[in-house]
Amino acid sequence: MSIAQTSPAPAVAASDRPLPTRGLWHRLKPTVLALIVPLLLLAFWQVATTQHWTRLIPTPYAVAECMVDFAVGGIFDDAYSATLLTHLLASMSRVYGGFALAALFALPIGLMIGRMPWARMLLDPFLQVMRPIPVTAWLPLSMILFGLGAKSAFALVCLGAFYPILLNTVFGVRAVDPKLFEAASMLGCSGSAQFYKVVLPAAVPSIFTGLRLGLGLAWFVIVVGEMTGVPEGLGAVIMDGRTLSRTELVICGMIVIGLAGYLSDRVVVATGNRLLRWSPNHHG
Amino acid sequence: MAESATPIVEIKSVSKVFQLQDQTIHALSDAHLSIGKGEFVCLIGASGCGKSTLLRIIAGFEQPSAGEALMWGRPIAGPDPTRGMVFQDYALFPWLNVRDNIGFGPAARGLGGAEVNGIVDKFIDLVGLGKFANAYPHQLSGGMKQRVAIARVLANDAEVVLMDEPFGALDAMTRERLQDELLEIWQRTKLTVVFVTHSVEEAIFLANRVVVMTPGPGRIESDNTLDLPRPRDVASPEFNAIRRVLSAKLHSHHGKKAA
Repeated sequence: MSIAQTSPAPAVAASDRPLPTRGLWHRLKPTVLALIVPLLLLAFWQVATTQHWTRLIPTPYAVAECMVDFAVGGIFDDAYSATLLTHLLASMSRVYGGFALAALFALPIGLMIGRMPWARMLLDPFLQVMRPIPVTAWLPLSMILFGLGAKSAFALVCLGAFYPILLNTVFGVRAVDPKLFEAASMLGCSGSAQFYKVVLPAAVPSIFTGLRLGLGLAWFVIVVGEMTGVPEGLGAVIMDGRTLSRTELVICGMIVIGLAGYLSDRVVVATGNRLLRWSPNHHG
Repeated sequence: MAESATPIVEIKSVSKVFQLQDQTIHALSDAHLSIGKGEFVCLIGASGCGKSTLLRIIAGFEQPSAGEALMWGRPIAGPDPTRGMVFQDYALFPWLNVRDNIGFGPAARGLGGAEVNGIVDKFIDLVGLGKFANAYPHQLSGGMKQRVAIARVLANDAEVVLMDEPFGALDAMTRERLQDELLEIWQRTKLTVVFVTHSVEEAIFLANRVVVMTPGPGRIESDNTLDLPRPRDVASPEFNAIRRVLSAKLHSHHGKKAA
């Protein structure tokens, strides 16, 4: 038996450097694509309002004007002129405060339910029954328990953020690969040390996802939270705008909540990408 | 191979029965095995022959249902750093980089930072991963991950290295490289290695002793000492002669069990 051998042909010098314009498009593509739907919607809104398809919704220009006045004042000089920052800070304090409180409860309870069978049996059925009850349904009880005002808003936001943090924490600590426990124990790390050296780090991506969802939900429920008769806050502005039939103010409030929630999520995602460099499926 | 007075690992009439729902599975039946310090023992057999169970009993992950598993004459009560395990699917800690994976054992033993660093440097060099010291497991190839897993066990001063089909998931070329490297490490460090595989060729290439196991119930069919000189040539007639004998033993149970 013999083996016939041929030499490979010399490689052709490849020079397909990407053109500079292609590189620019490559960088701008995500932004351009992301703007298409909002711009189409804006165009539709403009046409619909100027063609008088509806008389109840203000034009984009009216909303923009209201937004400028809301942010810096100088146009209408009414109760809402130049108050954006006040309302935004009020809402942010409730969002982050409620979220922090939710994390404070949900993380330890989640770790316990995930690791201790008795804690799971004790708490899981109760929490599963409580979970489907929407935050809106809690509004009356919350006002009875915590009174009209900020405390109630705080409690509702906290409730909204609680479950995603809890469920993802439970999932995270339960889903640790059993092989990692064996690996740790044959390397001399056993018993309660495994909790800190294996369970916690392994659960971090999942806990992080829970925190991200929780913070998102905290922004999501802020309007309900501020239906409790608080004087300041984006939710309060929206409710006032509704009562006063100032729809442009309502839309301004919605836009600010959307942007604030988005920016807050980007910060969380950026933090996560730094902390979770090791995790292959954690690049949001 | 010179046998010392007390074997480093001794398996005395060990049986293992698993209860799976209402089925009773005899994973291992009346196994005897005595391993001397510095030996390279391969456990070989078809799936269900109990080779992994036997390895896990030696590791301390499982307790025998009957019989005794001893290390230096003392019963194996649970996993401990003197017996390191290399898993087929690596089981590296994904949140630790190569350095910290290798340093996990020394750090768990409570050594100081400088001491851990010294150990880590030594074993990163040994497995040739200097350039990847700060990489995370998901950035490594299968062969590199298994090098980390080996280094992690060696860094922890393991006397016995237990390997459960460690190269089974690797491509053929990487497997051959790692086999060579493992032999080199074994010869240099005089470790005791217990290596599970289902490849006759791998077993003959690596081991001093090949323990052939057969399924249903899992038991040790034969214990074969190889005196083939090293380095071994898988294409030599001697190698093939042994391969033929061992393959026959491996399939000996087929006649008995008409499935």
